[in-house]
Amino acid sequence: MKLSREEVQHIGLLARLGLSDAETERFKVQLSDILENFEILKEVDTSNLSPTAQSIALQNVLRPDEAQASYPARDVLANAPQQDDNYFKIRAVLE
Amino acid sequence: MDDLHQLTIGQAHQLLKEREVSSVELAKASLSHLAKVEDKVRACVTISEDTALEQAEEADRAISGGKINPLTGIPALIKDNMCTEGIKTTCSSRILETFVPPYDATVVGKLKAHKAVILGKTNMDEFAMGSSTEHSAFFPTRNPWGLDCVPGGSSGGSAVAVATDEAIYALGSDTGGSIRQPAGFCSVVGLKPTYGRVSRFGLVAFASSLDQIGPITETVVDSALVMNVIAGHDPRDSTSVPHPVPDYTKALIPDLKNMRIGIPQEYFVEGMQGEVRISVQAAIKKLEELGADIDWEASLPHTKYALAAYYIVAPSEASANLARYDGVKYGFSYQDTSNMWEAMEKTKQYGFGDEVKRRIMLGTYALSAGYYDAYYLKAQKVRTLIKWEFDQAFEKYDALVTPTSPTLPFKIGEKVDDPMQMYLSDVCTLPINIAGVPAISVPAGFADGLPIGLQIIGKPFDEETVLHVAFAYEQATDWHNRKPPV
Repeated sequence: MKLSREEVQHIGLLARLGLSDAETERFKVQLSDILENFEILKEVDTSNLSPTAQSIALQNVLRPDEAQASYPARDVLANAPQQDDNYFKIRAVLE
Repeated sequence: MDDLHQLTIGQAHQLLKEREVSSVELAKASLSHLAKVEDKVRACVTISEDTALEQAEEADRAISGGKINPLTGIPALIKDNMCTEGIKTTCSSRILETFVPPYDATVVGKLKAHKAVILGKTNMDEFAMGSSTEHSAFFPTRNPWGLDCVPGGSSGGSAVAVATDEAIYALGSDTGGSIRQPAGFCSVVGLKPTYGRVSRFGLVAFASSLDQIGPITETVVDSALVMNVIAGHDPRDSTSVPHPVPDYTKALIPDLKNMRIGIPQEYFVEGMQGEVRISVQAAIKKLEELGADIDWEASLPHTKYALAAYYIVAPSEASANLARYDGVKYGFSYQDTSNMWEAMEKTKQYGFGDEVKRRIMLGTYALSAGYYDAYYLKAQKVRTLIKWEFDQAFEKYDALVTPTSPTLPFKIGEKVDDPMQMYLSDVCTLPINIAGVPAISVPAGFADGLPIGLQIIGKPFDEETVLHVAFAYEQATDWHNRKPPV
């Protein structure tokens, strides 16, 4: 599986990685090489298999819906790059 | 006593209990030794000397009050992807370089409840993505057995810290071998518990269906002692399992009578170094001498597909988990723009290193429209097959034994620009995470002065058998007594 430059740019955009031209070129070669190695999976007949998302038997773990004390807003906001009063401050989403 | 830093947990506990030494003395001995070797190996990202000494004083007060258990007052280091309240938790990434968590990971909270002493945080491959610790955004860690070699990864800092006696034990995390492979490369004991055995709450997420925290120690007894504290159900991690926690030290028996051990041939892979093969075969003969019933012809035929399945599943989960680093809530944030998308892109562009970006790209691709079925879903189905094969094998065997890594520690710089070669160094460890079973690496010899690890794999939630085999082997050999030249 050889990736084109456009495909690499498209994936970079989906992930919002802001790839430079040099990174795009490097990843094009490296990711193509890695995907090449994934071709081996085509050998495996998986037609009658269901997918495994995790390895333990737990399902639908529930807890009582009871309010508990949360961390103080001051502590949670201590790492915020920008804050205003008791809120995270973000840039405008809609112009 | 001027060699307090060299003690095991068991030995240090005995001395603390008999009041031969204090916790403050232990912490000071470790910290002063750490200051001497750290320049050479660079295992630590943060050293929290002041809080460590406060914790040691607190431990001494508890001990005077008659409150002591095996981890009380003993100095430890924590991999820098586990949250420590008030102490930076960077994941060795620029994006979290200044992040100070407002809470402790459950494992850290458990150590503190037992009055452990936390000396600081250890270096790692950024976000635990790597097999050499060269992908740390800050600096590489060096292997004390050969300073021009990598220590393995991603928990390279924790493995080196234990190998060089910077701390008496350390915690690591393992998504595809990140505890076991560095333990093998540094000649220490590293245990990856069953998925769900140890809480992941407060562990910075990499691949949530594969990640597991475990101990890195000098001896198997110490591994059991740490497991006694960190294992168990946690309501804050819904994937942790409510099984009772046994006393793991009770499993440590020095003979292997009636133990059925399978040697899966597929793990003696093409490209495996001859020295590794020779040491591992000698180790298996030793297990036979100890009474184990060895089947040299065991087989897990789908092993060769595990690498591809892993490098689809893990990056896919990572691409979802790492989407949270958008520069809004915490971590590095590019500020010099009013455009939201530009801010997000520049934040990630500067904040993430090459390997993290590569894995996000791989995962995003495998999950994207048109490729999901061919990659992600296919890998999940192959995962079903690999797990089923382990289940089948454990009908016949109590444990499986393999090399931890197909090679000796490699040179710094050797694989860092060739991601596929780097990925291949996890080939013996990552199938275990796919199946979710427990496995340990124990020291099993040396070649050219560099360590070789033996991997012992067990049934789900049967860490006891894994520790039992490891203990019997350790008692019958003296590899674990050798100290690196640093």
